[in-house]
Amino acid sequence: MATEAKLIYMANQIATFFHSKHHDEGVAGVAEHLNKFWEPRMRRQFFELIDAGGEGFDELVIEASATIRRPEPVAS
Amino acid sequence: MSLIREIDYGTPASTSETLVTLNVDGFDVTVPEGTSIMRASMEAGIQIPKLCATDMVEAFGSCRLCLVEIDGRNGTPSSCTTPVSPGMVVHTQTEKLKKIRRGVMELYISDHPLDCLTCAANGDCELQTQAGVVGLRSVRYNVDANHFTPQVRGESNFRYMEKDESNPYFTYDPSKCIACSRCVRACEEVQGTFALTIEGRGFESRVSAGAHESFIDSDCVSCGACVQACPTATLMEKSVVEIGIPEHSVVTTCAYCGVGCSFKAEMRGDELIRMVPFKDGKANRGHSCVKGRFAYGYASHPDRITKPMVRESIDQPWREVSWDDAYAFVADKFASIQKTHGVDSIGGITSSRCTNEETYLIQKLVRQGFGNNNVDTCARVCHSPTGYGLGQAYGTSAGTQDFDSVEHTDVMVLIGANPTEAHPVFSSRMKKRLRAGAKLIILDPRQIALVRTPHIEAQYHLPLQPGTNVAVVTALAHVIVTEGLYNEQFIRERCDWDEFQEYMEFVTDLRHSPEVVEGLSGVPAEAIRGAARLYATGGNGAIYYGLGVTEHSQGSTAVMAIANLAMLTGNIGRPGVGVNPLRGQNNVQGACDMGSFPHELPGYRHIAGEDVRNIFEEEWGVTLVKEPGLRIPNMLDAAVDGTFKGIYIEGEDILQSDPDTHHVAAGLAAMECVVVHDLFLNETANYAHVFLPGSTFLEKDGTFTNAERRINRVRKVMAPKNGFADWEVTMGIANAMGLNWTYTHPSEIMDEIARTTPSFAGVSYDHLDEVGSVQWPCNETAPLGTPIMHIDNFVRGKGKFINTEYVATDERSGPRFPLLLTTGRVLSQYNVGAQTRRTANVIWHEEDVLEIHPHDAEQRGINHGDLVSLASRAGETSLRADVTERVAPGVVYTTFHHPDTQVNVITTDFSDWATNCPEYKVTAVQVALATGRSNWQEEYDRQAEQSRRIEHDGELIHGD
Ligand code: SF4
Ligand code: SF4
Ligand code: SF4
Ligand code: FES
Repeated sequence: MATEAKLIYMANQIATFFHSKHHDEGVAGVAEHLNKFWEPRMRRQFFELIDAGGEGFDELVIEASATIRRPEPVAS
Repeated sequence: MSLIREIDYGTPASTSETLVTLNVDGFDVTVPEGTSIMRASMEAGIQIPKLCATDMVEAFGSCRLCLVEIDGRNGTPSSCTTPVSPGMVVHTQTEKLKKIRRGVMELYISDHPLDCLTCAANGDCELQTQAGVVGLRSVRYNVDANHFTPQVRGESNFRYMEKDESNPYFTYDPSKCIACSRCVRACEEVQGTFALTIEGRGFESRVSAGAHESFIDSDCVSCGACVQACPTATLMEKSVVEIGIPEHSVVTTCAYCGVGCSFKAEMRGDELIRMVPFKDGKANRGHSCVKGRFAYGYASHPDRITKPMVRESIDQPWREVSWDDAYAFVADKFASIQKTHGVDSIGGITSSRCTNEETYLIQKLVRQGFGNNNVDTCARVCHSPTGYGLGQAYGTSAGTQDFDSVEHTDVMVLIGANPTEAHPVFSSRMKKRLRAGAKLIILDPRQIALVRTPHIEAQYHLPLQPGTNVAVVTALAHVIVTEGLYNEQFIRERCDWDEFQEYMEFVTDLRHSPEVVEGLSGVPAEAIRGAARLYATGGNGAIYYGLGVTEHSQGSTAVMAIANLAMLTGNIGRPGVGVNPLRGQNNVQGACDMGSFPHELPGYRHIAGEDVRNIFEEEWGVTLVKEPGLRIPNMLDAAVDGTFKGIYIEGEDILQSDPDTHHVAAGLAAMECVVVHDLFLNETANYAHVFLPGSTFLEKDGTFTNAERRINRVRKVMAPKNGFADWEVTMGIANAMGLNWTYTHPSEIMDEIARTTPSFAGVSYDHLDEVGSVQWPCNETAPLGTPIMHIDNFVRGKGKFINTEYVATDERSGPRFPLLLTTGRVLSQYNVGAQTRRTANVIWHEEDVLEIHPHDAEQRGINHGDLVSLASRAGETSLRADVTERVAPGVVYTTFHHPDTQVNVITTDFSDWATNCPEYKVTAVQVALATGRSNWQEEYDRQAEQSRRIEHDGELIHGD
């Protein structure tokens, strides 16, 4: 899998787990997970995909993206 | 330094709490009820002569050397088999006893060759010692009926048996056997293998391995317990035969598996003669397996690289350089990469084989020196889901018990772990408890040895389809809840009751019932029900699990499902119960503890926490980044994408051990500077630009933390062949980068850990020297450590029930890849085999083979021993087939100890949802007869051959 496809796949896997929680808890859970464990460049790539329409993402991921920290833009 | 001599009390200790006082030779002694007279005397410092007794095993009472007289009792009972009673008055040395003992000794010696001076056990033989002790001065008998002369009066002696030298590590010389049966009892009681028997009676009795087999052809697993138990030279380490008996010894810790056995490294000068398990070792209690006791030869193997080497690109041969040049090379490369590609473009990987101190230094180097959090450990690929899952449920990733706890267990649940192969010494302890009547439930796709082994049979074996752990474990919970078998009082007191209500609602749904789950997992519903009832109602229930749980897409979920089970039944917080992750490598636990994950600092504290960062910022004098770093798979992805360019890897062979070899190779190939720090030119080194030679556990000081959180000392017994201990090498890089580290001994690194990490606050080398070992948390409130966790409260407060919905892995069998491959370990080999393949252990496992069920084999025209190709969507390799019913139809199984097979060419990039722990345990594959080795194998060999050339004195030599 190319990195982008992998990111979508991984985010959706996380969402799948959090679907077994109440909706709000699930959204918060996905966001917290990405904030805690995804390195900034992964989140940067993640937001590029979200900003481009978020195709392929689980709806829980899309909803959670509002509370996922946007990494600072690359300096160079 | 001198040879550590442990006292042999003659019989095992009694655990009774009732005390009894007796009098031995005029001295009062108080001992627990059930203690033998022999042991009681020894505790009073009075040594009764003995031959057939040793405190490793129960007394047998056959040699009659240990006789005593007791006031008011007739005769001369043997002290090893007679228990003490209150007020007893015992005499151990009387004229009568002396006479009998000399007579006994004379009989023994008359059937023993008198070649003491040239015997390998000279100076270390109990027969010799006891002959001296009883004052034997002459032997009257000179009989033709003996066991030690090949010929008697010119005829061949039918009683004489040849030496058996078939085992690579020890010899069996029947001519010296006194038929004391210590070896037989050790094999039964300590090891639990039952490979030895005494054949014949009386004078004719002889020890036999299996049914008149050689040791190597018998069931013997070469643990060495019999060798250790043998009082004579009959069973003897070949190393002692070759070199002589040792003169000093040092206590240290095995560097192989997560059991963390303590050993005395017995030395002669700086030569290691043998490793003898240390009785005071709290993990192993005097036992060992073949790896720890015998497989240390790799340390002096000619393949070891002892000089640093560099090269500009991987198609060039290696060039030997000085250490300083090597450090400067690394520092320059890393600096220039960071300048061009940014601070985040480099990182480091530490290994579970490193000591705590080494791992701590690597994460420090990355955080302080590289200025990012791109550090990870190979625990990523094994137990990271344990960290996440148990952390969520209980508030800490810690396993809940010590190993001793198993002695109080009534029902063991073993999930996805194969302890007889992967945690041998602990499996011996389990087997001992099982023989004493504990019950056993096994969840495993394969028929592992513990399902049926001498004197043990699992009550339930649930042979689930690979990938269905969550479904089956949740079904167990379903039964416990719907049948009302849960421990309501425990849940009310210790867990969040509201969360439990929700969980109840979730788990009682019909989709989790055994009847539905049977359809997914292939496990009969009745077996699931029976197993659940047994665990919930059978007394103390303990769950032991391994990589068969974690290495799945739903690894973390499965760990949570296990945590739920223990809470439901109240099996937490006392001896005999708990949730016990069996960690694979020696220091998996420690590697995780030491902050080698990219999102947390030592002691499992998330990098986003300002307070925690402050502690380290003050200690290290830098500002730390608060964002998590890259995990190993993410590093490789970023490398392929071109944003990750340099890596320092200590003690880890990611090319062989990590999944999806093609992807790993592509990632490594895309980097500008790969630094490998290891003993050998491992597979990863084929893609490296710098090779820094490592040192073995025998050559350095440090600590390992085993699967029960026990911090054990590793002690240096010889000088490092490469000149430096590994912590010094990491320090060399750090200082070339200008970090000014000034450690002079690993104890100072531990002091820094203790200063910064509350759960280690009480740990220091002095403390460890004093008390032997401690289980963290070790601090002011628990100065001797914490054997059992969550006694009154969970670390997080209330235990958390988490819904564990089963989601089928996307890795499914289909028309192209109709079989499921799962992977595992064998006893004699260790991980990628870099060490064990370089010892005589290869005799037991020369190559990886593919286990396939006869039905699947027949369909494909495959016979036992055929070369077959194994293919998945990721790649293809060839290996030999082992047609066996140990695996179910539809499932195939192999190990990954050999680089020739490279099973990870087959495994895919699927991983655990929470931690990216790879899904090693399920890969859809096809198997077919092969015409030869796969293209990949041929190509790989070519590349490896080219990459391992070393320029030496102007010549090219080939490193291995
Ligand atoms: S080495 Fe171990 S398994 Fe083999 S016979 Fe001796 S005690 Fe038994
Ligand atoms: S081999 Fe050693 S331990 Fe075994 S019966 Fe003979 S003397 Fe005793
Ligand atoms: S490999 Fe494991 S079980 Fe064997 S001796 Fe070493 S620590 Fe003990
Ligand atoms: S030591 Fe007691 S009978 Fe042998």
